[in-house]
Amino acid sequence: MKEKLVVIGNGMAGIRTVEELLKIDSERYDITVFGAEPYGNYNRIMLSPVLAGDKTIDEIILNDEQWYIDNNVSLHKGKEVTSIDRAGRKVIADDGTEESYDRLLIATGSDPFIIPVPGNDLEGVISFRDIKDVDAMIAAAKEHKHAVVIGGGLLGLEAANGLMQQGMSVTVVHLIDKLMERQMDGPAAAMLKESLEERGLHFLMEAQTESIVGKDRVEKVRFKDGSEIYADLVVMAVGIKPNMKLAKEAGIHCERGIVVNDTLQTYDPTIYSVGECAQHRGIAYGLVAPLFEMAKVCANHLAKMGISRYEGTMTSTKLKVTGIDLFSAGDFTGDETTDELVFQDKARGVYRKIVVKDNKILGAVMYGDTIDGTWYFDLMRDGTDISEFRENLLFGQAHLGDSGHGDDNRVAAMSDNAEICGCNGVTKGEIVNAITVNKIFTLDEVRAHTKASSSCGSCTGLVESLMSYTLGGDYSTAPHLKPICGCTDKSHDHVRAAIEENGYKSIHTVMEAMEWKTPDGCSKCRPAINYYLVCKFPELNLDDSQSRFINERAHANIQGDGTYSVIPRMWGGMTTPQELRAVADAAEKYNIDTVHVTGGQRIGLYGLKKDELPAIWDDLNNAGMVSGHAYGKALRTVKTCVGKEWCRFGTQDSTGLGIKLEKMSWGSWMPHKFKMAASGCPRNCAEATIKDYGVVCVDSGYEIHVGGNGGIKVRATDLLCNVDTEEEVLEYSAAYIQLYREEAHYLERTAPWIERVGLNHIKEALIDNPEKRKELAERFNFSQTFMQDDPWQERAKGGEAHEFTPIKVIG
Amino acid sequence: MSDWIEVGVLNDIPKLGARVVSREEGDIAVFRTAEDKVFALRDKCPHKGGQLSQGIVHGDRVACPLHDWKIGLDNGVAVAPDEGCAASFPIKMEGEKIMLSLTPVEGCPNK
Repeated sequence: MKEKLVVIGNGMAGIRTVEELLKIDSERYDITVFGAEPYGNYNRIMLSPVLAGDKTIDEIILNDEQWYIDNNVSLHKGKEVTSIDRAGRKVIADDGTEESYDRLLIATGSDPFIIPVPGNDLEGVISFRDIKDVDAMIAAAKEHKHAVVIGGGLLGLEAANGLMQQGMSVTVVHLIDKLMERQMDGPAAAMLKESLEERGLHFLMEAQTESIVGKDRVEKVRFKDGSEIYADLVVMAVGIKPNMKLAKEAGIHCERGIVVNDTLQTYDPTIYSVGECAQHRGIAYGLVAPLFEMAKVCANHLAKMGISRYEGTMTSTKLKVTGIDLFSAGDFTGDETTDELVFQDKARGVYRKIVVKDNKILGAVMYGDTIDGTWYFDLMRDGTDISEFRENLLFGQAHLGDSGHGDDNRVAAMSDNAEICGCNGVTKGEIVNAITVNKIFTLDEVRAHTKASSSCGSCTGLVESLMSYTLGGDYSTAPHLKPICGCTDKSHDHVRAAIEENGYKSIHTVMEAMEWKTPDGCSKCRPAINYYLVCKFPELNLDDSQSRFINERAHANIQGDGTYSVIPRMWGGMTTPQELRAVADAAEKYNIDTVHVTGGQRIGLYGLKKDELPAIWDDLNNAGMVSGHAYGKALRTVKTCVGKEWCRFGTQDSTGLGIKLEKMSWGSWMPHKFKMAASGCPRNCAEATIKDYGVVCVDSGYEIHVGGNGGIKVRATDLLCNVDTEEEVLEYSAAYIQLYREEAHYLERTAPWIERVGLNHIKEALIDNPEKRKELAERFNFSQTFMQDDPWQERAKGGEAHEFTPIKVIG
Repeated sequence: MSDWIEVGVLNDIPKLGARVVSREEGDIAVFRTAEDKVFALRDKCPHKGGQLSQGIVHGDRVACPLHDWKIGLDNGVAVAPDEGCAASFPIKMEGEKIMLSLTPVEGCPNK
């Protein structure tokens, strides 16, 4: 017989947990849900747009009744559980319904805080918490004129804005002199107040409510100083308190909320609690993002997988008032040990403050233009060292060189047909539609439904902002905790650490030990794990060709029409008449229409059929040419200029150096493609400052530059250091490549890797610690002893024949 | 049915891999899963025509090499939310021998 799971609370936290549970184990439990409200689960944070008339109730329903039927979940709608019988393991509802349980989940959320003043029970005094309240407010707006909202926090301002949209004259009463003091600092709060006043809201600041006056219905609000204002409707929005009455009465330990551990269990281990009613590590969250993470961990534990822990969530806030952009996260007050970076332009209505300590972001407040909110939030959650771009931090990510999407980034202001994803031609309207119609919350789901951000990824920030704007909150996971793919909850860092610690030597072992949810992974995780194993154990030849993308399996680039390209190496961009003749002969022999001089100083032949590849490779091999790895996550090219041998400005032999660099590092597999260049003087004709590793020769020696990228998102390199000799250039190069190979996530270029870990991290490993640099270089050179066999030659001689020939030819 | 043809033996196809049966009417991809199940599909992704035989096989699915659409190996149908199909061809195993029928399973127009 199945075990019984009873959920008290039909809200976002409870149902999200059920959804997560059904995803990983739909067979274990008979599930019963009690909900006091007469609706399916709806998105409570979207009540503000409903009140403002921007959305309808139907649009914010997340799970309609059909969902409960489809998923075999029994729903007791409109029934309030009144007690929990822990000894008898059952719950009892107000209408007498009883349900027994093996496991119980309490997700009762929170109640609005009603200030204890005389008259708070008069008709027309309500809170702002559920659909019932919204209905009451909309009804009141039809008949009455004057509304008073008590509370100038997030909820109060959203209620006030909504009531104003409904046509009422609204006064917001706030106890202190600053709006949204838990999310805003002084200047931002002042700008917000000014902008709301321009829209027609009235404010009474530093006003303490003494009583609410009226006969049957509210008529006036009276304050401590004796003054009064008229009111036909009073909305109490001063805060919320965890709803823990049931738990308390059942003898479960509660403090400010129902106390839970890292697996979301209460002091009674058969009883779990998630959402706003729970208190975890001393914090009772009042925002929605933490609840999604809690739901995931709780579901995992309910399914008896027991591998994940909830460790708390950093939260961010956005105000859902159309036309007002406001963002805040973390500790934005600071103290004497912190620095404040402030940007303010009153005329444009823009304000940004970032609180920094030891070059890490502790918190941020933004007003007016919040497009970079998600970026700051990511930097904050990952603890990224910002010292290298600190001087540009306030100006946002666009200033770090996003050439494609630098301007007009404000997603809210974009028109519906504005293209967000240039690769797949997806517009803002299509993404917003996919989010609302399919009720989706995560970036992966948006990618699956629209393809936006699923190719080159450069629009990911925009899509995330758009999701946050559409959903009214940031639901994303901190970047370093993001799972590799849907097959697992484990991140790239988790997997690498586990391979390091436990010495796993096959993809299968990794997946089994780390409890993969799929039998043999997918096209995202298998290539990643394969790379991590190849990188860790170069001597063991663990490479699994079926876990490689076709280009790396066939050692040629697949083109849109299914043909392949062939690009042999031209060391340091140098070639010979003999090589050129071999290339020309091959082009004629295989009827190649397209012969292209690539940006990496070599020649590409396009349009080959797969079964022709071994033969053309053999021809090129015979002229001494080898694979250029133009298809791989590997060393691509080393671009050079002619250097001092020919150029009157040249200071060193940049060509010779480039050849040495390429001979040293060709054939090594990397997290992503890797390009180098060596320029003979600071005029930099080889464009070394947009390469992963670039050398600029100067009269006194060599400048070493790292982390450049000329692709989707142009990023100029950071200067790592100056060295005196070619030997040093080579040693730094080997060490730097190895550090990248060992630490970057699969499919992460050096530019985002350096932005993630910080340049100081690279400097510590390579400059401050010569021993470590030497060890890294040695590990790279050791690995290279197994990597430098030309893959073309092996296949030209008949290796891997099954890859290149049909199993059968018919007709 | 008279059109069963022998295309090879199980070990001609790598585990989690695929081979191509080449023919004038369009290639057919023959896949082998981790559990040694064998499937055959028209070698043409319903999205942009990518060769499914060149994709990464996982579970009972293959990921198209061009844009990573996932196609079910047993029926040729794209995994939701993508929509479309590649025709599926019957396979029967006779010991190690792989027998392929050139008459596609009805229901998918992309033959």
